[in-house]
Amino acid sequence: MTDRFGPGTRVQTSRSDPPHHSRLPRYARGAVGTIVETQGRHLLPDDHARGLPCDPLPVYTVRFPARELFDEGEHSVTVDIWESNLMPVEGAEVDQG
Amino acid sequence: MSGEHHGTDAALAAQVRHVESLLEERALLDAAELDRALEAFLARASPANGARVVARAWLDDGFRGRLLTDANSALVELGLSMGGGLQEQRLKVVENTADAHNVIVCTLCSCYPIALLGPSPTWYKSEAYRSRVVREPRSVLAEFGFDLDPAVEITVWDASAETRYLVLPRRPAGGHALDEQDLTALVTRNGLIGVAPV
Repeated sequence: MTDRFGPGTRVQTSRSDPPHHSRLPRYARGAVGTIVETQGRHLLPDDHARGLPCDPLPVYTVRFPARELFDEGEHSVTVDIWESNLMPVEGAEVDQG
Repeated sequence: MSGEHHGTDAALAAQVRHVESLLEERALLDAAELDRALEAFLARASPANGARVVARAWLDDGFRGRLLTDANSALVELGLSMGGGLQEQRLKVVENTADAHNVIVCTLCSCYPIALLGPSPTWYKSEAYRSRVVREPRSVLAEFGFDLDPAVEITVWDASAETRYLVLPRRPAGGHALDEQDLTALVTRNGLIGVAPV
């Protein structure tokens, strides 16, 4: 099995706001960022904690400009996100930076 | 702030105690064994470990390179691990440079590299730190008395999954004659979190 996203890929996080525990922090929902690296595969606590069947999924470090998350700030924030909470950005170019 | 984790430390401690009782009643857990494992883990968990890692990285470029690419393997060279008898966690070491500064946080709860830093300080677990450092890190650093050069870019690492983070501070200028032990003594817990220069 290969990971869906490689380093430099632009991704968007899920917009959903589930009623149960979620490891996708609210401030990072619906935001566009760039994959830094894969951390390995882990069970998604959102499902695992509810006793739902689940397989380990890739977890990525994703870098966001603060402006994308908070509409202000010159810094970056990285968030560790399970693959099922990420989707590709249409027409995204690989960021060579 | 997502609000999935709430309640005071006391309420949380009561919940944990309740779960422990249930596990003991069902003979799934031996309380004495749990205490022994925790005591052994905490006896080895100290910011002195993180300081040793940093001092070695300052003195040995090869070690520094291995630490930044595969921190878990590099720790073994110093007789350290992210397991401490419990499940091993992935460690990512992030390096401060002349242009880039790193700060760690866990906005969902209080994930922290306990094996290398010991138990986390109260402020690290506070809602104020967790919610503010991702939005306005420069102001938060200033409140710690750390006025970072405005030209230095900040990255805040939110440990929202299974990785734990440790900051590799910049080696202070001067002091070329210092040995590993002297350098270890310069490193502070706050420096390893990123809210102090060293």
